[in-house]
Amino acid sequence: LDRTSPERPENTLSSDSSSSSGESGDEDSLSEGEMASLKEEVEEKKKLIATLRNKPWRMKRRLKLLKECQAFVEKFEGALGKGKGRKLYAYKVMMAKKMIKFNRDFDNFKTACIPWERKIKEVESHFGSSVASYFIFLRWMYGLNLVLFAFMFGLVVLPEVMMGLPYGSIARKTVPRAEQERAMDISVLLDFGGYCKYSILFYGFYNDERTIGVLQFRLPLSYLLVGVGIFGYSLMVVIRTMARNSDEGGDGGDDGQFTFAFKMFTSWDYLIGNPETADNKYASITTSFKESIVDEQENQKDENIHLRRFLRVLANFLILCSLGGSGFLIYFVVKRSQEFANLDQDELSWFEKNEVEFVMSLLGLVCPPLFETIAELEEYHPRIALKWQLGRIFALFLGNLYTFLFALFDEVNAKLEKEKSIRNATIWGLNEYYSNYSSYHNTTDIPPPDIHPADVIRGPCWETAVGIEFVKLTVSDIQVTYMTILIGDFLRAMIVRFLNYCWCWDLEAGFPSYGEFDISGNVLGLIFNQGMIWMGAFYAPGLVGLNVLRLLTSMYYQSWAVMSCNVPHERVFKASKSNNFYMGLLLLVLFLSLLPVVYTIMTLPPSFDCGPFSGREQMYNVVMETIENDLPAFIGNIFTYATNPGLILPAVLLMVLAIYYLNATSKNYQNANLELKKKMQMARDEEKNRRNNKENTNQVMQDLEDLLPNRSLLPPAAEEENPPPVREKGSKSPKVAKRPGAAANGKGVNLQNDVSLAAPNPKAAVTHPPGPRGLSGNARGPPPGPVRGRGRGTPPPRH
Amino acid sequence: MGTTASQLRKDLLSEYQELTFLTKQEIILAHKRFSELLSKEDRNLPTPRVPMEKVLSLPELKSNPFRKRICHVFSTSDMKDGSLTFEDFLDLLSAFSDSATLEIKSHYAFRIFDFDDDGTLDGGDLEKLVNCLTGETDDTRLTTEEMRQLISNILEESDIDKDGTVNLSEFQHVISRSPDFVSSFKIVL
Repeated sequence: LDRTSPERPENTLSSDSSSSSGESGDEDSLSEGEMASLKEEVEEKKKLIATLRNKPWRMKRRLKLLKECQAFVEKFEGALGKGKGRKLYAYKVMMAKKMIKFNRDFDNFKTACIPWERKIKEVESHFGSSVASYFIFLRWMYGLNLVLFAFMFGLVVLPEVMMGLPYGSIARKTVPRAEQERAMDISVLLDFGGYCKYSILFYGFYNDERTIGVLQFRLPLSYLLVGVGIFGYSLMVVIRTMARNSDEGGDGGDDGQFTFAFKMFTSWDYLIGNPETADNKYASITTSFKESIVDEQENQKDENIHLRRFLRVLANFLILCSLGGSGFLIYFVVKRSQEFANLDQDELSWFEKNEVEFVMSLLGLVCPPLFETIAELEEYHPRIALKWQLGRIFALFLGNLYTFLFALFDEVNAKLEKEKSIRNATIWGLNEYYSNYSSYHNTTDIPPPDIHPADVIRGPCWETAVGIEFVKLTVSDIQVTYMTILIGDFLRAMIVRFLNYCWCWDLEAGFPSYGEFDISGNVLGLIFNQGMIWMGAFYAPGLVGLNVLRLLTSMYYQSWAVMSCNVPHERVFKASKSNNFYMGLLLLVLFLSLLPVVYTIMTLPPSFDCGPFSGREQMYNVVMETIENDLPAFIGNIFTYATNPGLILPAVLLMVLAIYYLNATSKNYQNANLELKKKMQMARDEEKNRRNNKENTNQVMQDLEDLLPNRSLLPPAAEEENPPPVREKGSKSPKVAKRPGAAANGKGVNLQNDVSLAAPNPKAAVTHPPGPRGLSGNARGPPPGPVRGRGRGTPPPRH
Repeated sequence: MGTTASQLRKDLLSEYQELTFLTKQEIILAHKRFSELLSKEDRNLPTPRVPMEKVLSLPELKSNPFRKRICHVFSTSDMKDGSLTFEDFLDLLSAFSDSATLEIKSHYAFRIFDFDDDGTLDGGDLEKLVNCLTGETDDTRLTTEEMRQLISNILEESDIDKDGTVNLSEFQHVISRSPDFVSSFKIVL
């Protein structure tokens, strides 16, 4: 097989070597023009070197070409270096080389830094690229969480620990006297009360001093900015990944156009390295071939469309009912937990204390299989059914999360009410103390009350309570996930393997057999876990660290579980197009988890005695204070002007108009795209037709030509209309005579057109009287003028 | 790199990096795996060749239905026996690597599918291709009628100039519309 490889580089190389040998004689006296052309050649060689790996040649040939190009470049870079500016040129060249080397080394280093590459590759070779895509997603999440942890830890936790007041120094950092005897109990710690509650893990520990330590670090400002910055960074990273993914995918518009060709040429997954997976793949490919052949042959028969519609409506109704039921259940349970909180903690069982988390996790486990069973009524195509399933699970998780939030919000309001009364009591107590002190000691310089921090009356600190709820939810989610894997996969695999010897039917082939890895369920679980982290990070700075640990252990645990307990899918799942789908879900969850936090910052008043914003009206007042006190005056003015409604409304209007304009432009581009596609289709069809027609016309014309003696193919009617200009060009008629013959072979169709069009023209030219016709060699020759004119594209003279 | 007698020269390493889509670690790993396939005597030759059976014993290729074709396509042996030198092996890995372009991959895919090496994919090539994909056992193969139908459908979709075969540009046109091709046409050591 001799490929059509471009010969050009070899030719230019030989010509270059010849020209170079000519120039090597007078290297010292290169003129400007020669220098420029030489530079150009050197650049061309460099470009060639850079694109050598794109050429499908043998390595030997590429190596040879590379060596030649490199030798040429080295030799003539030296030559170019002589003359003015040579030092600069040489320096530039050296820096460019060093840059390339540095880039290459850095790329190598970056690739070496990526963790778990071996592990994922092993999973990929056993299970195919779709299961591996889950682990790649997990690794990406781990990277994201690591960065968020670095922010939180470095800018909030570390300053407070190193430069802030230690535990026990002020009221908010100390366990209250009433709780102190239970503070070290394991059960209390596991519930995140006791010492856990009054630690850096939660919002309430942080002090509200404007600047702390030697470095005058502004902790409250930093806390607020990090809380918001977490969302900003996540948003940036998610959108960047989405843009990158959408770049690689081709346009998914023409799904139906190449079904068979795609199945043939692109269905094999070359990463499969395991014979069992390969067998599964063979089976699934065969099935899909047979299915599509049958599909193609059969007509689409809508049997009993009414029954199908009714069943689908029924299925949707059932699912809506179950979604509503789960939402109500969660609300009910959260309300009950509020009542439990008022009772004595000792009388409650573990179940009653953790009811909310338990119920939520249980719903997350039970409902998806329920949805899948109900969905069998619908009889959709598997890909569509999968999309519906994912959408429903998403709705379930979302509904649960938001119901949980609303119930929590009720709790927050209750706490805020309670806080008001305690705050009033505290202020009243303080005033009493001051008035007593001043009346007793007769001074106005009153020291702060000398009460041990543990004895001070505390407000309920709703932010820490919310943080505790999120942390408990995350922990229970982790526990449930790991338990499910242990029992659902590992125990099942053990039972199937070892009980198979003494069981009546074949456990491995029939029920229950080994489990398959549930990609969509796991990915959705991961997305929602991340949503909870985003929501809870503001109230519990330690939550991000917890999540990093969780993802790390998940990676090892799940990859072990999948390799030892799961079997490859029977039906193969194309993961490539779904990548942006999951990223889109993640983006949606990001926005939805942004809302509660922003609402809190803007509207809810912070607790008066705990956290970095205590004592202020709203949390964002910290920013205003910083602008007023720490930044120069004119910046404050800028901000005041910028927040003026007179400026904001036009800005919003401008953005709305910009969105409308971009939308219209993108629609126009899409239309233009469709038009181009249609044109391409038409051009293709035309070419097909033309080639098909060419054969026919050729054949007909050939036959006709063989029959006629003079090689003239026009009907006799044309000869009467000999226009006068013909006479002058009569000498050229033999040549012209050939024309129609020649024309017939290539454009038989056009010739007929020419003849018919030629008729009206002669009537126009009447300046010359008609002369003898003897000169025109072929009496029955065609009127050459117009035909010639047509042939050349010049219009015949008109008067 | 253990006890292999022939280590990779540094200048060759940087040239291979320049000429392939592989990173330095991948080339070194490829060299190691290649040396393991060589017999003791062959290791001291200047350009050793690994026979096809040994190459097919690599776990990455063992389960691939096109393994023999892959060896034939990348082999530079005069005897057409599918044996590979180290440079052929690097060519193979470069074409199947993650960073290779669509053009390279589709070019080599075409050559792999062209069973009779005549530069076009005709009915016979397509039939052999389908048989490779449906496995070796008889009960997974398609019937003659199904095969005929399948091949005519494929030619209808991909054969633009209606000459009964799929040539390289038609093949590349089809492949460029596929979203999964680049990600599935990958082999990583």
